[in-house]
Amino acid sequence: MAHQANNQSNRRRVVVTGVGAITPLASGFRKTWQGLLAGQSGISRIEHFDTSDYPVKICGAVKDFQAGDWFSPKDARKMDIFLQYGMAAAVDAMQQAGLEITDALSPRAGVAFGSGIGGITAIQDTVGLLEQKGPRRVSPFFIPSAITNMIAGWLSMQYNLRGPNYAITTACTTGTHCIGMAARTIAWGDADVMIAGGAEKGSASIGIAGFSAARALSANNDNPEAASRPWDRDRDGFVLSDGAGAVVLESLEHAQSRGATILAELTGFAMSGDAHHMTTPPEDGHGAVQAMQGALRDAGLNESEIDYINAHGTSTPAGDVVESRAIEQVFGDHARKLAVSSTKSMTGHLLGAAGALEAAIVVQALQEQVAPPTINLDNPDEGCVLDYVPHEARAMTIRHALSNSFGFGGTNATLAFSRFE
Amino acid sequence: MSTIEERVKKIVCEQLGVKEEEVSNESSFVEDLGADSLDTVELVMALEEEFETEIPDEEAEKITTVQEAIDYVVAHQ
Repeated sequence: MAHQANNQSNRRRVVVTGVGAITPLASGFRKTWQGLLAGQSGISRIEHFDTSDYPVKICGAVKDFQAGDWFSPKDARKMDIFLQYGMAAAVDAMQQAGLEITDALSPRAGVAFGSGIGGITAIQDTVGLLEQKGPRRVSPFFIPSAITNMIAGWLSMQYNLRGPNYAITTACTTGTHCIGMAARTIAWGDADVMIAGGAEKGSASIGIAGFSAARALSANNDNPEAASRPWDRDRDGFVLSDGAGAVVLESLEHAQSRGATILAELTGFAMSGDAHHMTTPPEDGHGAVQAMQGALRDAGLNESEIDYINAHGTSTPAGDVVESRAIEQVFGDHARKLAVSSTKSMTGHLLGAAGALEAAIVVQALQEQVAPPTINLDNPDEGCVLDYVPHEARAMTIRHALSNSFGFGGTNATLAFSRFE
Repeated sequence: MSTIEERVKKIVCEQLGVKEEEVSNESSFVEDLGADSLDTVELVMALEEEFETEIPDEEAEKITTVQEAIDYVVAHQ
């Protein structure tokens, strides 16, 4: 191998001390997790606009969200809904971490929080207003409501976080990239604490229309809860969902010095590009293979040490098989021994928030030693030969786990998490 | 039909996220009601919408209190 092993070489260890989420299953990570273990689906008919002319009439909308439960409702008025979801997920994670941002910590605490699309609802509504009433009616809050880095901005204001502040935007890999690079920001010594994640509210009518046009979405309108069915032979596309995921990352030293409860260690991260097509992966899955191998190398782990993979597994005809084969290629004989599940079978696909939510799920899976299931997997498709944890959650030993994300544009990343010892 | 004063105060409450009892005629948007520069821009837009008028920027800058907003609307009815 030409690569130099880059693991463990005097870089700082990074741990997770809080997780948060707003999802179609529930507002708050802990309630979401209960839903996942129970194998619940968060997918339902679209009710927020008239879908008569739309081929797709289902999505994973967030149902019980009150901004005022998480932050000042006064601020909420100035935020597109994706910002509100992101803020709430971050607050959820901060509360679990029990982190106090002192004046001394402030310049050492930062945010890496993105969105795949940003404020598409604000953009759509404001274009309508502009055409109807002219430029004088465009709100001064329109731009700060729509741009993807404003969760990072608002969080910094709310918690006095003066460390690195950024948002990576890479379609459905956004959350994974933000968490991975936030970990490196800490490992490199640029911060001691990072709040990282992703948020999305892509279910505006223009979002549904656009993803439908790209032939990406399931049109299983009559049976929404069965629409997201990764690796099943009857899958017909992903289900677009809204929400956010967040984690609090700290240097091991910082977490220990304040006596924090450590949920898991973030041990590996790697990125790759497909260099292939705008919206479909290459048949040989080389981008996915490279990302998983890179994360293992970064973590200093052997293939046989991975017990669970939270797959990208979106329920698209092409993507699911490619990822499954990529896992076989990376793990060889061990591929059939490890558990692979797609929680998107329950949550749908949260786009830029997906990787962040799934990272939080992997952390909890390591904590509780249980793999959440892949629901709706009634008949595994040809070429899908792994143990996908069908239908029911499984108590099992999980020492190390991966989380995969792949996005439009051929952007891939894998995170490795480990039980903290 | 509500008076101009009532309508102005209602908009101030909505736009600045404050309660009715916090708003008096003398209230300054920035100093008393916590508005920032973007809030005041949007507040003026809401007044324009409510009273179907156009407030030029140089006039808008002079509207800094509830009473000044009421006076402007009365003068331009």
